[in-house]
This record gives sequence, C-alpha cells and structure tokens, in this order.
Amino acid sequence: MSTDNAIETHDLTRRFGDFTAVDHLNLSVPRGQVYGFLGPNGCGKSTTIRMLCGLLLPSEGDIRVLDLDIPKQAEALKRRAGYMTQTFSLYRDLTVRENLEFVARLFGLSRQRTRQRVEELCHRYQLEALASQLAGTLSGGQKQRLALATAVLNQPELLFLDEPTSAVDPQSRRDFWDELFALTDAGTTLLVSTHYMDEAERCHQLAILQRGRLMAQGSPERLKADVGATPLLVVTAAPRKAQTVLQALDGVRSCAQIGASLRVLVTSPDQLPAVRDALRKEGIEGKVDITDVNLEDVFVAATHGHTEGAS
Amino acid sequence: MSDRFSFARLLAVVIKELRQLRRDRLTYGMIIGIPTLQLILFGYAINMDVRHLPAAVVDQAQTQTSRQVVEELQQSRVFNFNRALHHAGTGEAMLRRGEVKAVLIIPADFERRLQGQRPPLQLIVDGSDQVVQQAARQIAQFPLRGTTTTASVEVLPYYNPHRNAPLNTVPGLIGVILTMTMVMFTAIALVREREQGNLEFLITTPLSSAELTLGKVLPFVAIGLIQTSLVLLLGKWIFQVPVRGSPLELYLAALLFIIASLALGIFISTLVRSQFQAIQAAIFTFLPQILLSGFMFPYEGMPKAAQWIAEVLPLTHFIRLARGIMLRGAGLDDLWPELLALAVFAAALLVVAVARVHKRLD
Repeated sequence: MSTDNAIETHDLTRRFGDFTAVDHLNLSVPRGQVYGFLGPNGCGKSTTIRMLCGLLLPSEGDIRVLDLDIPKQAEALKRRAGYMTQTFSLYRDLTVRENLEFVARLFGLSRQRTRQRVEELCHRYQLEALASQLAGTLSGGQKQRLALATAVLNQPELLFLDEPTSAVDPQSRRDFWDELFALTDAGTTLLVSTHYMDEAERCHQLAILQRGRLMAQGSPERLKADVGATPLLVVTAAPRKAQTVLQALDGVRSCAQIGASLRVLVTSPDQLPAVRDALRKEGIEGKVDITDVNLEDVFVAATHGHTEGAS
Repeated sequence: MSDRFSFARLLAVVIKELRQLRRDRLTYGMIIGIPTLQLILFGYAINMDVRHLPAAVVDQAQTQTSRQVVEELQQSRVFNFNRALHHAGTGEAMLRRGEVKAVLIIPADFERRLQGQRPPLQLIVDGSDQVVQQAARQIAQFPLRGTTTTASVEVLPYYNPHRNAPLNTVPGLIGVILTMTMVMFTAIALVREREQGNLEFLITTPLSSAELTLGKVLPFVAIGLIQTSLVLLLGKWIFQVPVRGSPLELYLAALLFIIASLALGIFISTLVRSQFQAIQAAIFTFLPQILLSGFMFPYEGMPKAAQWIAEVLPLTHFIRLARGIMLRGAGLDDLWPELLALAVFAAALLVVAVARVHKRLD
C-alpha cells in the first residue's frame, strides 16, 4: 500500500447481528487534505470512523491508518490521531481549562508544556475569556471549539471529525471550517463526516456513502463532471402540479421543489423536449432549462435509484 | 494496551475526579449526610430514653409489699402500670394485641420468693420492639428492698428471644454505610463516563482501562475511610461506643472492605448501561447483605442455606471483624480468617471487574 495515503481500507465490513452497517468499503484518503464522508444518518459514517480509530472491531477487511495496522496497532495510533466525537464528550462539570489540562496529562505533557499548550489553544480557538467557565454552560459553537482544541492538543497527524457542526449556527460553522483549513495547511489530514452539502463542497475529496456502501468517491468537481445525469430548472406558477406530472415521466430520476421552481434530474440532456411536452400536455405553463450540476444532484444521482430499489 | 501502566495518567484521572466531586454538591452531601443520618437514626432508635410505656400488672400476691413494689416501679416512669388484671392470660392477650408493651406478674408466693433464689417478679415484654427490651433491661436492675436474690425481676422477652445488644449496631452500621455508598458511588461514577459520552473520547487517548478505573475509585477509598472515621467519632461522642481493640486493625479491615465494595461497584458498572440501572443493581446487592450479614438478624438464627449465602457476602465478614475489634477487643490474631476472606473477596472481584472494563465500544 502507498504511503501517500493517510488511510486505506480494503473490503472493510462491519455487521451488527443481521444488519450490515458497513459493506465492503474501499477507501483511500490522501495525506494533508480534507476528506469528506457524505451520507444520510445511518449510512455507516460513524461506524466507519470508529473502526478507523480502532474503537470498533471490523467484521471483515483490512485497515491501514498512518501506515499502522488497525486494530492491531490501535494504541500507537492514539498518540498520532485525534478524534472529535459527534456528541460533546468532554466533562460538563469541569471548566474549559480543567478539561484541557486533563487531556494534556493523559498525553503525558510536562507541567510547563501543558500550561503553554493550554494557553496556545485557548488563544487560537477564542476560549481565553471562557477558560474558567464550566464546559456544560458553553454554547454549541463554544463547545465545538473546545472539542476541537482537545482533539488537536497532542498535535495529531490525522484528525477524525464525526459530524462536527451538527449543533452549531451557520456563522460558527464557517469559522470552524476556517480552523480546519488552517490545520490542513500545517499538514494535518482531516476526515470529516457530514450531511450538509455546503460542507461537502469544501472538502478536497468526498466519499458518498449509503447503507454502508461507497456510492462514489472523488473531488467535488470530479464527481459533478461524472454525475451521469442532467439537472433541469423548471420555473412555473404551478410547481406542485408539475412535480406530480414529471415524477411519473420516464427518465426522470428525481424532482424537488425549491421555492417557486422545480429542480428535475433527468438521465440525459435529450430528455429536455420530453419534459417540455409533458408539461404542455397537462396545460402547465413554465420555462424549462438545463442548469449547472451541484453536489446535491451528485448525491441524489448516486443514491436515489438504490433508495427506491431497496425499500 | 501496549503502553505500560502510567501513574501520571492515573493521577490525571484522580485530579479530574476530585475536581468533579468538589462541584457535585449532592454526592458531597451524601458522603457526610448518609453516615450521620443513619447513625443518629439507628442510634437513637436503640438508645431512646423511653417513658410511660403502657403496661398491665397482675398482682396475685396482693400484699402491702407487692403494692409498694408496683408503686416504686411506677415512679421510675418507664412503664405506666395503669391496668390491673387478675389473670396472666388476659395480660398476654393484651400484649399480643399491642394494647400494652409489658405485663408485670407478681406471683402469689411473692413474699416467699423475696427470701429465696427464684426472681420474685416477672416482666413479660413485647420482644418484637427493641425499645421495650431496652426499657425492660433497666427495670431488671431495679433494687428490691429486703431481697436476697440478685435478679429481682425476671424479664421474659416474648417474640424475640435473641436479644440484640445496642452496641452491636454501630460496628455493623460502618459496614452498612460503606456498602451503600461505596458500591453505588463507584457504579454510578463509571457508568456516567459512558452515559455522558466521555468514554468515547477517552478511548481515543492513551488512557488504559486500568488507569481509568483505578483513578476513578481511588478518591472513594479516601472517602470510605473518612466515613468510617465519622461513624466512629459520632458513635463514641453520642452513644459512647468504644473501640476496645486496635484502631489500626479496625482501619485495615475497613480498607479491605472498602476495596471489596468498590470492586463490586466496578463490576456492576460493567453490567449496566445507565446510572438508573446502576442504582437498581447496587440496591440489589445491598439488600441481601443487610439482611443476611448478621446486621439485622443473628447469623445463628438463620437457616443453613442463608448462612452459606452470608459467608460469601463481604459485609458478613466485615461485621464480625468490626464487632470483634470494637466490642470484644479482639485482635487480628483471633480474627484473621475473617480478614483473609475479605482480602480474597476484594482481590477476586477487583481482578474480574478490571478485566471486564473494555476499552472498545463493542
């Protein structure tokens, strides 16, 4: 396996009883980039991250993280990787500083180094004014900054972030992503799971997961170019009626209302006249045009057929 | 767990635990509150100075002296002999119905007995009530004029022939309080890490399960010893309960018992998923200990099967140690089998418990 990649998995599988949470996953995560896991809840994102950290044993398959054999060398990985859990996992009844000091001690930092590092992190993540405040009383964005500060305390080469922005307002999310890019600038590899399209768009590389399977992998640009479907924008006075008509039409993969317009994903651009005809036949007036592919189209194209087939 | 056991990480957990404890008012209060409250409740329930218990008198002698004795007993104000009966049987029936707490019987040959060896008076008391027994014992010391017998009143405790000495309670109470608080505190403390999601983060740090577990329970060892001291001091101060043997040996026994209880708490925490379940499980282990250890009911009076169960409960052994050392002034040279049993129990549970604390989520 190549040492250029921070993470490589081969046929990674995890079953819980009869349920297969992760199904033969083959991933390659390049070093020094932000790699995104995009997928709905329950698609196996968290389970995969936990296996990559060595918290869960795989049922099948091989994992190499930072050239370590996981789970066998999971203890060695703990000194080189950080993990920011989905739910706040620090102590609510300790102050910001006490939490940081505790983690610093766990990593064996000297007294002087601890003080220095805690100062540094408080400064970088705007926690100075909150240092003596109990972690349980922080806001969502503040808690998340504290969690990031503890996750990077030991200066990990690789950072796992499991839906890090799920409890945070949009401004805090933007600021948070700035911090993440600052980390990649310093050479850290980041693996971020999310179900937000705008966050996925920021990643260097993306993996789209559904029901534990890898549906697509690549950069957002690459994925958009290879989408294999064409999005149409239908502007009409009767979007709901148009939606009913179009959903029944052959070649239409999905149809979603966005305000007063409809976003329709069709299998090829040749479908455009058929869509116009179908609307005209039902007496619906509207304007239909081909529009730019966005990541949501990629996500829908990659996952939609399977949702229908499986349910 | 490739890393060696690290005392620095252990210390990190201990410091964190103490900081959290300092902010946890409820636990803080329970550490002091439970022993104080229990000691006072149990202590006063036993030593309560009773007055005017309803009582009946069956005077079959009907002499000047017998009437005088009743009058004098009445003056002690412990019993109020306001029912004069003719038959002892009527008195027993009233006792059974709970209308009176005691029946004083003055036999027809009272005057003759005063000169002889047999106790001249008989006091039938409701033995199911510890307070009454205590009161009856005071009456038994009552000096009768012109008698040659040493025991002037023969006390017949009905319903509870095996009398509990009040002093027995305080040594046992140390064990009961330690069981209650140590098992529950540990179980809760460890489950809380999992329930609040802390464990998921801790697993990704170099902290080992042994360091985490020991770090979390070490502060409770200190707390357990503080509780022991508190009960001893209050027991001595309020109820004059002595420590006739070596205090050092008593603390050694307490230490072993604390470790055994903490190990039980750790073990429980590996079986349950929530703090609520932890409390339930702690109570589940607590009840048989309190009932079978000899704290409430004498060991000798229990059926064989119950005795076998009692032998594998750490509280049984601790109570024997505590009573032996505190009340009989016994030393570990007499009691070493009990100490050994406690040590074996503590070591075995600790090994099993730490082995069960997983460092993975599955």
